[in-house]
Amino acid sequence: MPFDLLSPAVTAALVESLKQTAFMVSVAAVLSTLLGLPLGILLVVTAPGHIAERPAVNRVVGTVVNLVRSTPFIIMMVAIIPFTRLVVGTTVGTAAAIVPLTLAITPLFARLAETAMREVDRGVIEAAEAIGASPWEIVVKVLVPEALPGIVAGVTVALVSLIGYSTMAGTVGGGGLGDLGVRYGYQRFMPEVMVAVVVVLVVLVQAVQIVGDAVARAVNHRIARRRRGGV
Amino acid sequence: MNAPLPSESLAAGLPLAPHPPVSEPVIRIEGLSKTFSDAAGPVLDDVSLQIARGDIYGVIGRSGAGKSTLVRCINRLERPSGGRVVVSGHETSRLEGRALRTARRDIGMIFQHFNLLSSRTVAGNVALPLEVARVPKAERGPRIAALLELVGLADKAQAYPSELSGGQKQRVGIARALATAPSVLLCDEATSALDPETTQQILALLRDINRRLGLTVVLVTHEMEVVRDIASHVAVLERGRLVEEGATFDVLAFPKSPVARSFLAGIVAHELPPEIQATLSPEPQADSDPVIRIVFTGAAANEPIVADLVGRFGLRPNILHGRIDQVAGRPLGVLTLVAGDGGDGRLAAALAHLARLGLHAEVIGHALRPALARRHGGPR
Repeated sequence: MPFDLLSPAVTAALVESLKQTAFMVSVAAVLSTLLGLPLGILLVVTAPGHIAERPAVNRVVGTVVNLVRSTPFIIMMVAIIPFTRLVVGTTVGTAAAIVPLTLAITPLFARLAETAMREVDRGVIEAAEAIGASPWEIVVKVLVPEALPGIVAGVTVALVSLIGYSTMAGTVGGGGLGDLGVRYGYQRFMPEVMVAVVVVLVVLVQAVQIVGDAVARAVNHRIARRRRGGV
Repeated sequence: MNAPLPSESLAAGLPLAPHPPVSEPVIRIEGLSKTFSDAAGPVLDDVSLQIARGDIYGVIGRSGAGKSTLVRCINRLERPSGGRVVVSGHETSRLEGRALRTARRDIGMIFQHFNLLSSRTVAGNVALPLEVARVPKAERGPRIAALLELVGLADKAQAYPSELSGGQKQRVGIARALATAPSVLLCDEATSALDPETTQQILALLRDINRRLGLTVVLVTHEMEVVRDIASHVAVLERGRLVEEGATFDVLAFPKSPVARSFLAGIVAHELPPEIQATLSPEPQADSDPVIRIVFTGAAANEPIVADLVGRFGLRPNILHGRIDQVAGRPLGVLTLVAGDGGDGRLAAALAHLARLGLHAEVIGHALRPALARRHGGPR
């Protein structure tokens, strides 16, 4: 284990950074899921030929999403400083890093959720329409549940991206693993710290992916699978 | 043998026997048109028809004839470009929003690919229309159980659709469509994805539901067998136009349009096999004999007519082609034979005799004698 090679002070810093990363990533993940899912729903249902066809709304929202997605994260963090101050009252620190993280990941997750929901069979939506379901009921009872495996996979991808983006949070004093790796590993010439940071990140991403895949499988009833235990 | 038929059975065999008086139709379609794009032309063109309450009504046509669009205009999955559709007194073609959604609860629908929610169990799928109709939770359970009992899936309530066969999935579709106790059930190619045996089971279930619940069933299909087996009335669509409509037996026994005739080829022997048809000429020739098609309907199907042609009229008929089927519970036979009389009028007398029996007989062409000799005597 690399920990044995590290001084107690560095180990403590590593643990502290891990906590900061976990905090930033989990809060940003929850926020961007809560914001991105409605955005994804809006992109799906307003598309031509869908249940709430609004081509103008669709084009505007789609363009905004693309604009945000094409802005490099490191630039966005600095560019939205006034907005960050407005939201959290400060522009430095872990809490301040959550704002740009959320803003950057929300459109990504919105697109992933949109793709998952667009795959829902038109026939199933028509069956719901034929039953007399309203557009809102179709979203809640058909679109989201039917696309849930894909939405969960989207959350997983977004989480992994968040972990990657969070390493840049040091730019606004957000701390975290990336910040630790740069400050100790690069600026203080301590390559073992850099390696330790990378190992921790790899383990983190791997864990997220495994859990995400398991959840996606658990909510997927599209393919028959052998039932475990009793019915 | 030659005793006059009782008038009752004669009437039963007549092609134009009046239908029983129809009560207020549950579906009324007037001048319905639908155009998706001007370049492609209309998919439906001025279609008018009425469907009586409690009927099983078949809509048949080739792919692209507009039959699915027609049925989808009934519950407004498709917006008509012109005309009116009235279902149980509601003009669905004019309704919007909440009023349309409420009207749709009176119109169940099942689909070729079942369109079940993969994320819900069988019971969950049947619960969906009840949730949408705001049926209190306490009432849903017994209702779902009764519906699954009706379609024979009581033991599959907790299964997911992916664990079911095609036939079972369609049964779930039927249970879901019936959940809100609609007065109309639309079936859009509902058996087209099923094997013949499962198709028969689903048709039997539909017939059973039709009888037990008095439900009106509208059945879109390209399979003539389906119409023959359960529809009491049928509409034939061709390129968006209604080319023929009426009681299934009448349409099958006496199709007027070429489309209906060719459609029926696999079911009723209205048309000769092509290799025999090729030997016929439309006009009499020096060495040809007339080819006669006789349509047997109802009780007249029991008459020994071939024996009559030989015994009473001294003709020597040669049977080219024939088939007898059950259509809407009545026998329907078509027999094509060649019978020459050498021009002495015996044939005309025989045809008059057949007409008196209530059989429909007509000369459809003339076969050259050598051609037939080759067919029957020579090497193939």
